[in-house]
Amino acid sequence: MTSSSKDLTGDRVIDKIKECGVTHIVWLPDGVASFMYQPMMTRKDFTLVQVCREGEALPIAAGLVLGGKKPLVLHQSTGIFESGDSIRLVASELHLPILMLIGYRSWKPNHNPPVIDSAAIFIEPILKAWGIKYYLLQSDDDVDIISTADMEAQKTRKPVVVLIARELQF
Amino acid sequence: MIDSFEAVKTISRHRGDALIVAEMTTATELPVVSTRPELDLSFNWAAMGKGSSLALGLALARPERKVFMLDGDGALLMNLGSLVTIAQMAPPNLIHFLFNNGVYRCTGGQSLPRAGRIDFASLSQIVGYPNVYDFADLKTLENKIEMIINQEGLTFVNLQVTPGVGPPFPYVPVRDVVERFWSAL
Repeated sequence: MTSSSKDLTGDRVIDKIKECGVTHIVWLPDGVASFMYQPMMTRKDFTLVQVCREGEALPIAAGLVLGGKKPLVLHQSTGIFESGDSIRLVASELHLPILMLIGYRSWKPNHNPPVIDSAAIFIEPILKAWGIKYYLLQSDDDVDIISTADMEAQKTRKPVVVLIARELQF
Repeated sequence: MIDSFEAVKTISRHRGDALIVAEMTTATELPVVSTRPELDLSFNWAAMGKGSSLALGLALARPERKVFMLDGDGALLMNLGSLVTIAQMAPPNLIHFLFNNGVYRCTGGQSLPRAGRIDFASLSQIVGYPNVYDFADLKTLENKIEMIINQEGLTFVNLQVTPGVGPPFPYVPVRDVVERFWSAL
């Protein structure tokens, strides 16, 4: 796995996350986001909370928010499906602002060639159905989207997702 | 066996200014006896099994406060990985009480998978909780509770409780609970 993609670099994304005031990253490793891991782990800018299953991530983040911290949730898009009840808890019951950075598994530009992985087919329709606002992060030129999503989360007191849209490079 | 409601009363009496996350059955019992309701997060319809994860986040965010998790065995089985995640982070201010009654009380008392044959105390010890207790009678809990609360280090307390009937499970909008809690902090 490479530590950076052609158009998206770990340091740039981590810089932006730090700029947003994130204190904790609640995460589960994912190939799509792996370009971020080296700076994320070596720079010691955040407390890392690694979970066993994605459904734990949002409730942990909720506890951090309630305690006055600013977490970021980081995992793969398949974890969104797993986290359905947790999203309901945080978005519809607790009404807490949480920024989520989610690896878009099997993403293809404009779905060309057509995707066959159901994780890619379902992720955007599912987020729409659950009323979760999302943005696409495709290159370093887009990193301000992370700040936009963060502000949106704070304003609406809901989780907001930034989908990391890059093709995996092995 | 311990009456669940009596155990909640005991914990509440000794809590001081601890923050409490209560899930399922205990979430219906705690509001009745709580000495500091503004410091309680009682969720009975919110997200079964996720209370322990929320308590972990709270304990990490507020290391200067004690945080009590009042968990159920059915709830913990739904989020069993959280035991490992909690042990990995090991917040020294978190006390994880497990109300182990062997049933899903909120749906009418159906038995859990392998009810009565899962040693949750040993499980928590194996995954790395440094302090582990297992109580089957109220008197022992009452005798030990102050020591447990004042002890430093992540702690797991298995409480062997009777299934009981308990109060009903009314739907409580948790937004109000959250706003009150947030203001109190």
